[in-house]
Amino acid sequence: MIQFQSVTKRYADASAHALQDVSFEVQAGELVALVGGSGSGKTTTLKCINRLIEPDSGEVLLDGKPVRAQPGPALRRHIGYVFQGIGLFPHMSVAENIGITPQLLGWERTRIAARVDALLDLVELPREFGARSPAALSGGQRQRVGVARALAAEPKLVLMDEPFGALDPVTRDTLGRAYRKLHEHMQLTSVLVTHDMLEALLLADRIIVMQSGRVLANDTPQRLLQSDTPPAVRELLDMPRKQAERLQSLFPAPEPDKHA
Amino acid sequence: MLERIEAAWRLLPGYLSQHVVLSACALALGIAIGIPLSILALRRPWLRWPVLAFASLVQTIPSLALLALFYPLLLALSALSERLFGARFSALGFWPSLLALTLYSMLPILRNVVTAITNLDPDILEAADGVGMTPRQRLWRVELPLAAPMIMAGVRTAAVWVIGAATLSTPVGQTSLGNYIFAGLQIEDWTLVLFGCVAAALLALATDQMLGVIEHGVALRKRSHVIAPLAALLLGVTLAAAAQLGSGSHTARYLVGAKNFSEQYILARLISDQLTKRGADVARKPGLGSAVAFRALSQGELDVYVDYSGTIWANVMKRRDNPPRDQLLSELKDWLLRERKVHLFGKLGFENAYALAMRRDRAERLGIRSIADLAKHKNQLKFGGDFEFFARPEWEALQHEYALAPSDRKQYQSTFMYKAVADGEVDVISAFSSDGRIATYDLVVLSDPKQAIPPYDAVLLIPEARAHDSLLLSALEPLVDSIDIELMRQANLQVDRSDNKQSPGAAAAWLAHAAHLD
Repeated sequence: MIQFQSVTKRYADASAHALQDVSFEVQAGELVALVGGSGSGKTTTLKCINRLIEPDSGEVLLDGKPVRAQPGPALRRHIGYVFQGIGLFPHMSVAENIGITPQLLGWERTRIAARVDALLDLVELPREFGARSPAALSGGQRQRVGVARALAAEPKLVLMDEPFGALDPVTRDTLGRAYRKLHEHMQLTSVLVTHDMLEALLLADRIIVMQSGRVLANDTPQRLLQSDTPPAVRELLDMPRKQAERLQSLFPAPEPDKHA
Repeated sequence: MLERIEAAWRLLPGYLSQHVVLSACALALGIAIGIPLSILALRRPWLRWPVLAFASLVQTIPSLALLALFYPLLLALSALSERLFGARFSALGFWPSLLALTLYSMLPILRNVVTAITNLDPDILEAADGVGMTPRQRLWRVELPLAAPMIMAGVRTAAVWVIGAATLSTPVGQTSLGNYIFAGLQIEDWTLVLFGCVAAALLALATDQMLGVIEHGVALRKRSHVIAPLAALLLGVTLAAAAQLGSGSHTARYLVGAKNFSEQYILARLISDQLTKRGADVARKPGLGSAVAFRALSQGELDVYVDYSGTIWANVMKRRDNPPRDQLLSELKDWLLRERKVHLFGKLGFENAYALAMRRDRAERLGIRSIADLAKHKNQLKFGGDFEFFARPEWEALQHEYALAPSDRKQYQSTFMYKAVADGEVDVISAFSSDGRIATYDLVVLSDPKQAIPPYDAVLLIPEARAHDSLLLSALEPLVDSIDIELMRQANLQVDRSDNKQSPGAAAAWLAHAAHLD
């Protein structure tokens, strides 16, 4: 569904490349995680897909056609976009926020209203939240609205940039799993940017590890954990494992079963 | 006191309505230009600095100077439009005031729009792009609505500035609440000054409050909070405009001009009373700058005012010689008609000359009788002049003829100039020979043995277009050679003195009676 062909990008004010010869593919229906530290180029890669950033060279294809064949705004109306800042419009109600892309696409009012209700159900928010102001919601509720807004115009592709990064761990886990369900239920293709390897391992079908604007590894979580990977990738992967082991040591050893 | 407040009160509808209409137009124009300009500046970063720098620069120009600068500019434009389209517009009054105040209102609007939009939460702007808005949709649906409260705050600041600065449009011939202040300052009527200040302040305060409610309503996104005060403001402006249209719908209107000192206020009243008596519909434009008045009349924007032969001789004709009085007058009359299409109708019969005056006791102690004697003390004497004096050719001539080179010279509004010489703050002032205060403060007028200063006969000027207006001519006829210097001095004193002070209208009535004009 998505193809990156030798994409290179260098920001005017930076000394190093943001992306250097990045090539990969995402198949329809996959949930792919882009993982890496800050400055690794993962967000730049994501924004090249919906043209919030234009590459210097190389080509990004969507369903076989270059994304630059379409004006950015028109392209983005058919691609869901969720990011850490959420960016709900404070002067609009929750329902108006969710319905914004359908409205830009010229949907009828009744169709938008029905879609907003369906989406509130889908992200497990009460329908009466539609009339509220975004300011009246908690952080987790706001990001649920953010996800609903991204899905409003029935996109096939959803791009997510650290979507749950600013939330508390419980909410983050809940929302992550809820999104995974949505992804499957709606047969979406999703690209998720995260710096958290654990999140990537738990949610993604495939993980692309980036460093200094290059792709270091690109494989399923299982294979990444098993195979020989470069030391930098190894280090990222070992982090959740070590944390799990340390966590294990904190729990008391199980009492030997006297009846056994 | 009560009577003077009552007289001021009667003028309020006219002054207030003109003030309101002027301020509202300037503010509306400021918003209409300021908001698109600031959005353009936001879209083109290279434009941002020059636009904001220009607006700040405008702000550093004193508003009075800004207003004054627009008058010659519009005169040139008016002349250009006459050449191109065969029609000219009035460069006096409304237009220069409107343009200057519009410029003045721009800075707070520009600055607030630019600041508000550049400081919007970047996450919200990213979301606007992310959901697929075009730049235009982003501007109208997200940026402007979110910046609206701060933009309103800018509009509010601009409104208060404009209402305050509009009081300064009186000297370029626009009636405003400033008429109280300028007239009061000239004739030393502090009640009038205070009345004008309070009226302008109340207007500014009320507008500020209304706009404050709108600003609050915009921030809360409550439509009712915006509509009600907006309707009230619009109603106020509409009423003011209606009042103005109502009073301006008369035809055959005569405009009598006056410069900015007491004698001129009195004479303008005298002339308009004469016209009114003959059934004419008359309006006055008092408080004009000296050059502004002459230009306005020569462009046909005034129908009559009183000027002084020497003033035009030196300042307009730029003549440096000093012929005998009658010769000067006849040369002046020919030149005015030929070069400026201005008809010198006749002289009033008195002279109001620029003269150097000193306190009697000081002059006697120093043994000074004539201007020539000043040269001996030139380094010890402090000079005071009105705002024009040291820039006028008369002063240049005096300096040249008598080798005057005072080390210390100060400029005063004429009221304060007399007080300064009386208090000994300065030694010599540029007095006016018909001024009643020469006697009040016991000053002596120094003689001018070398005749450096030309004669200053008070003369009635009318534009050539009115030269055959029988009503105007019949009203002015009786004034010719009817007022001698003693009468004028007494009338001036009635207005300028501090106890038992009379209004210019009362002094004009007294003068008419004393000169057997009624």
